[in-house]
Amino acid sequence: MSEHELRVSKIRDGTVIDHVEGGQALNVLAILGIDGSEGHGVSVGMNVPSDRLGRKDIVKVEDRELSQSEVDVLSLIAPEATINIVRDFEVVEKNRVTRPDSVSGVLSCPNRNCITNADEPIETQFDVVADGVRCDYCATILRADIAAHIDV
Amino acid sequence: MRQDHLITATQLSRDDIETVLDRARAVAEDPTAYADRHAGRVLALCFFEPSTRTRMSFDSAAKRLGMDTIGMGDVDSSSVSKGESLSDTVRVIEGYADAMVLRHPSEGAATLAGERVDVPVVNAGDGAGQHPSQTLLDLHTIREDHGLDDLSIGIMGDLKYGRTVHSLAAALTNFDVNQHFVSPESLRLPRSVRFDLHETGAQIREHEELEPVLDELDVLYVTRIQKERFPDENEYHRVAGEYRIDADTLADAPDDLTVMHPLPRVDEIAPDVDETDHARYFEQAHNGVPVRMALLDTLLENAGSAENAEETEADR
Repeated sequence: MSEHELRVSKIRDGTVIDHVEGGQALNVLAILGIDGSEGHGVSVGMNVPSDRLGRKDIVKVEDRELSQSEVDVLSLIAPEATINIVRDFEVVEKNRVTRPDSVSGVLSCPNRNCITNADEPIETQFDVVADGVRCDYCATILRADIAAHIDV
Repeated sequence: MRQDHLITATQLSRDDIETVLDRARAVAEDPTAYADRHAGRVLALCFFEPSTRTRMSFDSAAKRLGMDTIGMGDVDSSSVSKGESLSDTVRVIEGYADAMVLRHPSEGAATLAGERVDVPVVNAGDGAGQHPSQTLLDLHTIREDHGLDDLSIGIMGDLKYGRTVHSLAAALTNFDVNQHFVSPESLRLPRSVRFDLHETGAQIREHEELEPVLDELDVLYVTRIQKERFPDENEYHRVAGEYRIDADTLADAPDDLTVMHPLPRVDEIAPDVDETDHARYFEQAHNGVPVRMALLDTLLENAGSAENAEETEADR
Protein backbone atom coordinates (compact mmCIF):
# COMPACT_ATOMS: atom_id res chain seq x y z
CA MET A 1 0.00 0.00 0.00
CA SER A 2 1.45 3.39 -0.94
CA GLU A 3 2.06 6.22 1.49
CA HIS A 4 -0.60 8.28 -0.27
CA GLU A 5 -3.31 5.75 0.34
CA LEU A 6 -2.42 5.63 4.01
CA ARG A 7 -3.40 9.28 4.48
CA VAL A 8 -6.87 8.02 5.36
CA SER A 9 -7.25 4.81 7.28
CA LYS A 10 -8.55 1.53 5.85
CA ILE A 11 -12.17 0.70 6.50
CA ARG A 12 -13.66 -2.64 7.44
CA ASP A 13 -16.94 -2.43 5.47
CA GLY A 14 -18.31 0.22 3.16
CA THR A 15 -17.39 2.16 0.04
CA VAL A 16 -14.24 3.91 -1.11
CA ILE A 17 -14.79 6.49 -3.82
CA ASP A 18 -11.42 7.09 -5.41
CA HIS A 19 -10.15 9.25 -8.25
CA VAL A 20 -12.57 12.09 -7.56
CA GLU A 21 -11.43 15.32 -9.17
CA GLY A 22 -9.61 17.49 -6.64
CA GLY A 23 -11.98 19.74 -4.71
CA GLN A 24 -15.15 17.72 -5.39
CA ALA A 25 -15.16 15.52 -2.25
CA LEU A 26 -17.65 17.67 -0.37
CA ASN A 27 -19.97 17.65 -3.39
CA VAL A 28 -19.72 13.86 -3.40
CA LEU A 29 -20.85 13.84 0.21
CA ALA A 30 -23.69 16.21 -0.71
CA ILE A 31 -24.85 13.90 -3.49
CA LEU A 32 -24.80 10.98 -1.08
CA GLY A 33 -26.77 13.04 1.42
CA ILE A 34 -24.08 12.62 4.05
CA ASP A 35 -23.76 15.45 6.53
CA GLY A 36 -22.39 13.49 9.47
CA SER A 37 -25.70 13.03 11.25
CA GLU A 38 -26.23 9.52 9.87
CA GLY A 39 -23.60 7.99 12.12
CA HIS A 40 -21.45 6.50 9.34
CA GLY A 41 -17.71 6.84 9.73
CA VAL A 42 -16.55 9.14 6.94
CA SER A 43 -12.97 9.86 5.87
CA VAL A 44 -12.12 12.47 3.31
CA GLY A 45 -8.80 13.03 1.59
CA MET A 46 -8.55 16.16 -0.51
CA ASN A 47 -5.98 17.12 -3.13
CA VAL A 48 -3.98 13.96 -2.64
CA PRO A 49 -1.29 13.45 -5.31
CA SER A 50 -2.46 11.12 -8.09
CA ASP A 51 -0.63 9.66 -11.07
CA ARG A 52 -3.78 9.74 -13.18
CA LEU A 53 -5.37 13.03 -12.15
CA GLY A 54 -2.49 15.02 -10.73
CA ARG A 55 -4.55 15.82 -7.64
CA LYS A 56 -7.50 13.80 -6.48
CA ASP A 57 -9.97 13.49 -3.63
CA ILE A 58 -10.88 10.24 -1.84
CA VAL A 59 -14.04 9.60 0.14
CA LYS A 60 -14.42 6.57 2.39
CA VAL A 61 -17.83 5.82 3.86
CA GLU A 62 -18.08 3.05 6.42
CA ASP A 63 -20.98 0.60 6.58
CA ARG A 64 -22.64 1.92 3.46
CA GLU A 65 -22.66 0.65 -0.13
CA LEU A 66 -23.79 2.98 -2.91
CA SER A 67 -26.91 2.45 -4.96
CA GLN A 68 -26.71 2.57 -8.74
CA SER A 69 -28.61 5.88 -8.86
CA GLU A 70 -26.10 7.42 -6.48
CA VAL A 71 -23.24 6.21 -8.62
CA ASP A 72 -24.98 7.59 -11.72
CA VAL A 73 -25.19 11.05 -10.26
CA LEU A 74 -21.62 10.87 -8.99
CA SER A 75 -20.52 10.37 -12.56
CA LEU A 76 -21.64 13.89 -13.43
CA ILE A 77 -19.11 15.56 -11.14
CA ALA A 78 -16.55 12.75 -10.90
CA PRO A 79 -16.44 11.04 -14.31
CA GLU A 80 -13.09 9.38 -13.51
CA ALA A 81 -14.15 8.00 -10.14
CA THR A 82 -13.74 4.38 -9.14
CA ILE A 83 -16.13 2.85 -6.64
CA ASN A 84 -14.61 0.22 -4.39
CA ILE A 85 -16.90 -1.89 -2.26
CA VAL A 86 -15.08 -3.11 0.84
CA ARG A 87 -16.10 -6.06 3.01
CA ASP A 88 -14.00 -7.24 5.92
CA PHE A 89 -11.10 -5.00 4.83
CA GLU A 90 -11.02 -6.52 1.32
CA VAL A 91 -12.04 -4.77 -1.91
CA VAL A 92 -14.68 -7.17 -3.22
CA GLU A 93 -15.88 -5.00 -6.09
CA LYS A 94 -14.22 -2.26 -8.09
CA ASN A 95 -16.26 -0.28 -10.62
CA ARG A 96 -15.82 2.78 -12.77
CA VAL A 97 -18.77 5.14 -12.89
CA THR A 98 -20.77 5.38 -16.09
CA ARG A 99 -22.84 8.31 -17.25
CA PRO A 100 -26.61 7.73 -16.97
CA ASP A 101 -29.12 8.85 -19.60
CA SER A 102 -30.91 11.07 -17.09
CA VAL A 103 -30.97 12.09 -13.44
CA SER A 104 -34.07 12.87 -11.40
CA GLY A 105 -34.52 14.96 -8.29
CA VAL A 106 -30.88 15.69 -7.54
CA LEU A 107 -30.17 18.92 -9.43
CA SER A 108 -32.01 22.22 -9.30
CA CYS A 109 -32.50 24.14 -12.52
CA PRO A 110 -30.47 27.36 -12.66
CA ASN A 111 -33.17 29.05 -14.77
CA ARG A 112 -35.20 30.96 -12.22
CA ASN A 113 -38.08 31.14 -14.67
CA CYS A 114 -38.23 27.36 -15.10
CA ILE A 115 -41.49 25.79 -13.96
CA THR A 116 -39.47 23.51 -11.64
CA ASN A 117 -38.66 26.61 -9.59
CA ALA A 118 -42.28 27.73 -9.39
CA ASP A 119 -43.44 25.91 -6.26
CA GLU A 120 -45.07 23.09 -8.23
CA PRO A 121 -45.22 19.50 -6.91
CA ILE A 122 -42.62 18.39 -9.40
CA GLU A 123 -39.27 16.57 -9.40
CA THR A 124 -36.50 17.97 -11.55
CA GLN A 125 -35.42 15.80 -14.44
CA PHE A 126 -32.25 16.33 -16.47
CA ASP A 127 -31.12 14.49 -19.56
CA VAL A 128 -27.39 13.82 -19.66
CA VAL A 129 -25.96 15.30 -22.86
CA ALA A 130 -22.48 15.32 -24.38
CA ASP A 131 -20.77 17.59 -21.87
CA GLY A 132 -23.43 18.41 -19.34
CA VAL A 133 -27.06 17.99 -18.42
CA ARG A 134 -30.24 19.50 -19.84
CA CYS A 135 -33.46 20.35 -18.01
CA ASP A 136 -36.38 18.33 -19.37
CA TYR A 137 -38.74 21.22 -18.69
CA CYS A 138 -37.04 24.42 -19.87
CA ALA A 139 -34.12 22.90 -21.87
CA THR A 140 -31.51 24.90 -19.96
CA ILE A 141 -28.09 23.28 -20.34
CA LEU A 142 -25.76 23.04 -17.39
CA ARG A 143 -22.09 22.27 -17.99
CA ALA A 144 -19.12 23.18 -15.81
CA ASP A 145 -21.16 24.32 -12.83
CA ILE A 146 -23.20 21.17 -12.23
CA ALA A 147 -21.94 20.75 -8.68
CA ALA A 148 -23.31 24.18 -7.75
CA HIS A 149 -26.82 22.95 -8.51
CA ILE A 150 -26.86 19.72 -6.57
CA ASP A 151 -30.08 19.74 -4.59
CA VAL A 152 -29.91 16.78 -2.22
CA MET B 1 -48.83 13.22 -36.78
CA ARG B 2 -49.52 10.74 -34.00
CA GLN B 3 -49.09 12.97 -30.97
CA ASP B 4 -51.63 14.08 -28.41
CA HIS B 5 -49.86 17.26 -27.31
CA LEU B 6 -47.94 20.00 -29.07
CA ILE B 7 -45.39 21.20 -26.54
CA THR B 8 -42.25 22.14 -28.49
CA ALA B 9 -41.31 22.43 -32.13
CA THR B 10 -38.44 20.02 -31.54
CA GLN B 11 -40.99 17.21 -31.32
CA LEU B 12 -42.23 17.91 -34.86
CA SER B 13 -41.00 15.81 -37.77
CA ARG B 14 -41.25 16.85 -41.37
CA ASP B 15 -44.23 14.52 -41.75
CA ASP B 16 -45.95 16.06 -38.72
CA ILE B 17 -45.54 19.54 -40.13
CA GLU B 18 -46.68 18.60 -43.61
CA THR B 19 -49.72 16.77 -42.24
CA VAL B 20 -50.92 19.89 -40.42
CA LEU B 21 -50.02 22.28 -43.23
CA ASP B 22 -51.74 20.15 -45.87
CA ARG B 23 -54.83 20.14 -43.71
CA ALA B 24 -54.51 23.90 -43.14
CA ARG B 25 -54.46 24.43 -46.88
CA ALA B 26 -57.58 22.30 -47.26
CA VAL B 27 -59.28 24.25 -44.46
CA ALA B 28 -58.38 27.57 -46.08
CA GLU B 29 -59.72 26.41 -49.45
CA ASP B 30 -63.04 25.14 -48.06
CA PRO B 31 -63.68 26.24 -44.46
CA THR B 32 -67.31 25.13 -44.59
CA ALA B 33 -66.21 21.50 -44.94
CA TYR B 34 -64.76 21.77 -41.43
CA ALA B 35 -67.65 23.64 -39.81
CA ASP B 36 -69.26 21.63 -37.00
CA ARG B 37 -66.59 18.97 -37.36
CA HIS B 38 -66.06 19.05 -33.59
CA ALA B 39 -69.49 20.24 -32.49
CA GLY B 40 -70.16 19.46 -28.86
CA ARG B 41 -66.52 19.58 -27.89
CA VAL B 42 -64.99 22.21 -25.64
CA LEU B 43 -61.60 23.93 -25.85
CA ALA B 44 -60.16 25.49 -22.68
CA LEU B 45 -58.15 28.65 -23.25
CA CYS B 46 -55.80 28.79 -20.28
CA PHE B 47 -53.96 32.08 -20.54
CA PHE B 48 -51.90 32.84 -17.47
CA GLU B 49 -50.59 36.02 -19.05
CA PRO B 50 -52.18 38.52 -21.42
CA SER B 51 -52.51 37.61 -25.08
CA THR B 52 -54.65 39.01 -27.84
CA ARG B 53 -53.68 37.44 -31.16
CA THR B 54 -52.96 33.90 -30.00
CA ARG B 55 -55.98 33.66 -27.73
CA MET B 56 -58.39 35.11 -30.27
CA SER B 57 -57.10 33.00 -33.14
CA PHE B 58 -57.48 29.80 -31.11
CA ASP B 59 -60.93 30.97 -30.06
CA SER B 60 -61.86 31.66 -33.66
CA ALA B 61 -60.35 28.36 -34.88
CA ALA B 62 -62.26 26.36 -32.28
CA LYS B 63 -65.57 28.06 -33.05
CA ARG B 64 -65.11 27.53 -36.79
CA LEU B 65 -64.74 23.82 -36.00
CA GLY B 66 -68.03 23.95 -34.09
CA MET B 67 -66.41 23.83 -30.65
CA ASP B 68 -67.30 25.87 -27.61
CA THR B 69 -64.53 27.63 -25.74
CA ILE B 70 -64.07 28.37 -22.07
CA GLY B 71 -61.47 30.64 -20.49
CA MET B 72 -60.09 31.56 -17.09
CA GLY B 73 -60.87 35.24 -17.36
CA ASP B 74 -58.47 37.65 -15.75
CA VAL B 75 -55.65 35.75 -14.01
CA ASP B 76 -55.82 38.17 -11.10
CA SER B 77 -59.40 37.12 -10.39
CA SER B 78 -58.91 33.38 -10.95
CA SER B 79 -57.95 30.64 -8.51
CA VAL B 80 -54.33 31.16 -9.54
CA SER B 81 -54.31 34.31 -7.43
CA LYS B 82 -55.25 32.13 -4.44
CA GLY B 83 -52.04 30.18 -4.87
CA GLU B 84 -53.32 27.09 -6.69
CA SER B 85 -50.55 25.25 -8.52
CA LEU B 86 -50.54 24.90 -12.28
CA SER B 87 -50.59 21.13 -11.77
CA ASP B 88 -53.89 21.33 -9.91
CA THR B 89 -55.39 23.94 -12.23
CA VAL B 90 -54.88 21.88 -15.37
CA ARG B 91 -56.11 18.70 -13.70
CA VAL B 92 -59.33 20.47 -12.77
CA ILE B 93 -59.77 21.99 -16.22
CA GLU B 94 -59.14 18.58 -17.81
CA GLY B 95 -62.57 17.62 -16.55
CA TYR B 96 -64.19 20.61 -18.24
CA ALA B 97 -62.70 20.40 -21.70
CA ASP B 98 -61.68 18.09 -24.53
CA ALA B 99 -58.43 19.98 -25.19
CA MET B 100 -56.56 22.91 -23.70
CA VAL B 101 -54.37 25.72 -24.95
CA LEU B 102 -51.87 26.98 -22.39
CA ARG B 103 -50.02 30.29 -22.26
CA HIS B 104 -47.84 30.63 -19.16
CA PRO B 105 -44.96 32.88 -18.10
CA SER B 106 -42.70 29.99 -16.96
CA GLU B 107 -40.55 27.91 -19.29
CA GLY B 108 -41.56 24.26 -19.18
CA ALA B 109 -45.13 24.97 -18.01
CA ALA B 110 -46.65 23.21 -21.02
CA THR B 111 -44.40 20.20 -20.51
CA LEU B 112 -45.66 19.94 -16.96
CA ALA B 113 -49.28 20.31 -18.08
CA GLY B 114 -48.80 17.62 -20.71
CA GLU B 115 -47.59 15.25 -18.01
CA ARG B 116 -50.56 15.95 -15.78
CA VAL B 117 -53.52 15.59 -18.15
CA ASP B 118 -54.75 13.22 -20.83
CA VAL B 119 -56.58 15.71 -23.04
CA PRO B 120 -54.49 17.32 -25.80
CA VAL B 121 -52.40 20.29 -24.65
CA VAL B 122 -51.13 22.97 -27.01
CA ASN B 123 -48.30 25.17 -25.80
CA ALA B 124 -49.28 28.71 -26.76
CA GLY B 125 -46.09 30.19 -25.34
CA ASP B 126 -44.13 29.35 -22.19
CA GLY B 127 -41.98 32.26 -21.06
CA ALA B 128 -38.94 32.56 -23.31
CA GLY B 129 -39.27 28.90 -24.25
CA GLN B 130 -41.36 27.79 -27.20
CA HIS B 131 -44.41 28.78 -29.24
CA PRO B 132 -44.90 25.89 -31.66
CA SER B 133 -48.38 26.71 -33.01
CA GLN B 134 -47.01 30.10 -34.09
CA THR B 135 -44.30 28.19 -35.92
CA LEU B 136 -46.85 26.13 -37.82
CA LEU B 137 -48.55 29.26 -39.09
CA ASP B 138 -45.15 30.77 -39.90
CA LEU B 139 -44.25 27.69 -41.93
CA HIS B 140 -47.62 27.76 -43.66
CA THR B 141 -46.98 31.37 -44.71
CA ILE B 142 -43.49 30.54 -45.98
CA ARG B 143 -44.71 27.46 -47.81
CA GLU B 144 -47.43 29.34 -49.64
CA ASP B 145 -44.81 31.80 -50.97
CA HIS B 146 -41.71 29.67 -51.49
CA GLY B 147 -42.19 26.05 -50.49
CA LEU B 148 -40.09 24.82 -47.59
CA ASP B 149 -36.85 23.62 -49.21
CA ASP B 150 -33.87 25.29 -50.87
CA LEU B 151 -34.39 28.45 -48.87
CA SER B 152 -32.32 31.04 -47.06
CA ILE B 153 -34.19 32.44 -44.09
CA GLY B 154 -33.00 35.37 -42.00
CA ILE B 155 -34.28 35.66 -38.44
CA MET B 156 -33.58 39.03 -36.85
CA GLY B 157 -34.14 40.69 -33.49
CA ASP B 158 -34.31 39.25 -29.99
CA LEU B 159 -33.08 35.72 -30.59
CA LYS B 160 -32.28 35.09 -26.94
CA TYR B 161 -35.73 35.51 -25.42
CA GLY B 162 -37.88 35.19 -28.53
CA ARG B 163 -39.87 32.00 -28.15
CA THR B 164 -41.20 32.22 -31.72
CA VAL B 165 -37.59 32.22 -32.90
CA HIS B 166 -36.67 29.17 -30.83
CA SER B 167 -39.58 27.18 -32.23
CA LEU B 168 -39.10 28.31 -35.81
CA ALA B 169 -35.36 27.55 -35.80
CA ALA B 170 -36.02 24.03 -34.52
CA ALA B 171 -38.79 23.30 -37.02
CA LEU B 172 -36.74 24.55 -39.97
CA THR B 173 -34.14 21.86 -39.32
CA ASN B 174 -36.58 19.44 -40.94
CA PHE B 175 -36.09 21.20 -44.27
CA ASP B 176 -33.26 22.17 -46.60
CA VAL B 177 -32.89 25.68 -45.24
CA ASN B 178 -29.92 27.94 -44.53
CA GLN B 179 -30.69 29.87 -41.38
CA HIS B 180 -29.14 33.31 -40.86
CA PHE B 181 -29.48 34.74 -37.36
CA VAL B 182 -29.11 38.52 -37.09
CA SER B 183 -28.95 40.09 -33.64
CA PRO B 184 -26.86 42.16 -31.26
CA GLU B 185 -24.25 40.12 -29.42
CA SER B 186 -26.25 40.34 -26.18
CA LEU B 187 -29.37 38.79 -27.74
CA ARG B 188 -27.87 35.84 -29.62
CA LEU B 189 -29.52 32.42 -29.56
CA PRO B 190 -29.47 30.68 -26.18
CA ARG B 191 -27.25 27.68 -25.55
CA SER B 192 -30.11 25.17 -25.63
CA VAL B 193 -31.30 26.25 -29.09
CA ARG B 194 -27.76 26.19 -30.45
CA PHE B 195 -27.40 22.69 -29.01
CA ASP B 196 -30.46 21.42 -30.90
CA LEU B 197 -29.39 23.08 -34.12
CA HIS B 198 -25.91 21.62 -33.80
CA GLU B 199 -27.31 18.15 -33.07
CA THR B 200 -29.37 18.19 -36.26
CA GLY B 201 -26.47 19.45 -38.38
CA ALA B 202 -28.47 22.53 -39.36
CA GLN B 203 -26.92 25.08 -41.71
CA ILE B 204 -26.70 28.24 -39.61
CA ARG B 205 -24.74 31.49 -39.69
CA GLU B 206 -24.81 34.36 -37.24
CA HIS B 207 -24.51 38.05 -38.04
CA GLU B 208 -24.64 41.36 -36.20
CA GLU B 209 -25.82 43.24 -39.29
CA LEU B 210 -28.53 42.51 -41.82
CA GLU B 211 -27.04 44.31 -44.80
CA PRO B 212 -24.32 41.76 -45.79
CA VAL B 213 -26.80 38.89 -45.96
CA LEU B 214 -30.00 40.58 -47.12
CA ASP B 215 -29.56 39.86 -50.83
CA GLU B 216 -29.31 36.09 -50.15
CA LEU B 217 -32.63 35.83 -48.33
CA ASP B 218 -35.95 34.41 -49.42
CA VAL B 219 -37.55 35.25 -46.07
CA LEU B 220 -36.74 37.87 -43.44
CA TYR B 221 -38.41 37.08 -40.10
CA VAL B 222 -38.27 40.12 -37.82
CA THR B 223 -38.96 40.04 -34.09
CA ARG B 224 -39.32 42.76 -31.52
CA ILE B 225 -36.31 43.66 -29.43
CA GLN B 226 -37.88 43.78 -26.02
CA LYS B 227 -37.22 46.98 -24.13
CA GLU B 228 -37.80 45.30 -20.79
CA ARG B 229 -34.75 43.07 -21.34
CA PHE B 230 -32.36 46.01 -21.13
CA PRO B 231 -31.28 47.44 -17.78
CA ASP B 232 -30.16 50.60 -19.58
CA GLU B 233 -32.78 52.31 -21.76
CA ASN B 234 -30.11 54.13 -23.78
CA GLU B 235 -28.55 50.80 -24.70
CA TYR B 236 -31.98 49.56 -25.83
CA HIS B 237 -32.50 52.57 -28.10
CA ARG B 238 -29.00 52.22 -29.58
CA VAL B 239 -29.50 48.52 -30.36
CA ALA B 240 -33.15 48.67 -31.42
CA GLY B 241 -32.46 51.40 -33.96
CA GLU B 242 -29.93 49.19 -35.73
CA TYR B 243 -32.46 46.40 -36.24
CA ARG B 244 -35.27 48.50 -37.68
CA ILE B 245 -36.20 48.05 -41.31
CA ASP B 246 -38.04 50.38 -43.65
CA ALA B 247 -38.78 50.51 -47.37
CA ASP B 248 -35.32 51.95 -48.05
CA THR B 249 -33.66 49.04 -46.24
CA LEU B 250 -35.43 46.69 -48.63
CA ALA B 251 -34.68 48.65 -51.79
CA ASP B 252 -31.93 46.22 -52.82
CA ALA B 253 -33.57 43.09 -51.43
CA PRO B 254 -34.61 40.28 -53.78
CA ASP B 255 -37.95 41.04 -55.42
CA ASP B 256 -39.61 37.98 -53.93
CA LEU B 257 -38.30 38.49 -50.39
CA THR B 258 -41.04 37.76 -47.86
CA VAL B 259 -40.98 39.88 -44.69
CA MET B 260 -42.64 38.30 -41.67
CA HIS B 261 -43.19 39.21 -38.02
CA PRO B 262 -45.11 37.34 -35.29
CA LEU B 263 -46.63 40.68 -34.13
CA PRO B 264 -47.16 42.85 -32.26
CA ARG B 265 -44.57 45.14 -33.83
CA VAL B 266 -43.51 48.34 -32.17
CA ASP B 267 -41.17 50.21 -34.48
CA GLU B 268 -38.89 47.47 -35.86
CA ILE B 269 -40.81 47.48 -39.17
CA ALA B 270 -41.69 50.94 -40.46
CA PRO B 271 -45.24 51.44 -41.78
CA ASP B 272 -43.89 52.13 -45.29
CA VAL B 273 -42.91 48.45 -45.55
CA ASP B 274 -46.64 47.61 -45.38
CA GLU B 275 -47.07 49.08 -48.85
CA THR B 276 -44.33 46.97 -50.42
CA ASP B 277 -44.79 43.55 -52.02
CA HIS B 278 -42.55 42.10 -49.31
CA ALA B 279 -44.94 42.57 -46.39
CA ARG B 280 -46.65 39.38 -45.34
CA TYR B 281 -47.12 39.81 -41.57
CA PHE B 282 -50.84 40.50 -41.59
CA GLU B 283 -51.52 37.49 -43.83
CA GLN B 284 -49.25 35.54 -41.50
CA ALA B 285 -51.45 36.50 -38.54
CA HIS B 286 -54.60 35.63 -40.48
CA ASN B 287 -53.13 32.22 -41.29
CA GLY B 288 -53.33 31.51 -37.57
CA VAL B 289 -56.98 30.54 -37.88
CA PRO B 290 -56.82 27.81 -40.58
CA VAL B 291 -53.55 26.48 -39.21
CA ARG B 292 -54.91 26.26 -35.67
CA MET B 293 -58.11 24.68 -36.99
CA ALA B 294 -55.94 22.07 -38.70
CA LEU B 295 -53.86 21.57 -35.58
CA LEU B 296 -56.85 21.16 -33.25
CA ASP B 297 -58.51 18.85 -35.76
CA THR B 298 -55.37 16.70 -35.96
CA LEU B 299 -54.81 16.52 -32.19
CA LEU B 300 -58.45 15.72 -31.46
CA GLU B 301 -58.38 13.05 -34.14
CA ASN B 302 -55.26 11.56 -32.54
CA ALA B 303 -56.87 11.67 -29.11
CA GLY B 304 -59.96 9.97 -30.53
CA SER B 305 -57.83 7.26 -32.10
CA ALA B 306 -56.09 6.65 -28.80
CA GLU B 307 -59.42 6.36 -26.98
CA ASN B 308 -60.71 3.93 -29.58
CA ALA B 309 -57.53 1.89 -29.34
CA GLU B 310 -57.92 1.68 -25.56
CA GLU B 311 -61.54 0.60 -25.90
CA THR B 312 -60.57 -2.07 -28.40
CA GLU B 313 -57.88 -3.30 -26.05
CA ALA B 314 -60.33 -3.38 -23.14
CA ASP B 315 -62.92 -5.25 -25.22
CA ARG B 316 -60.55 -8.11 -25.97
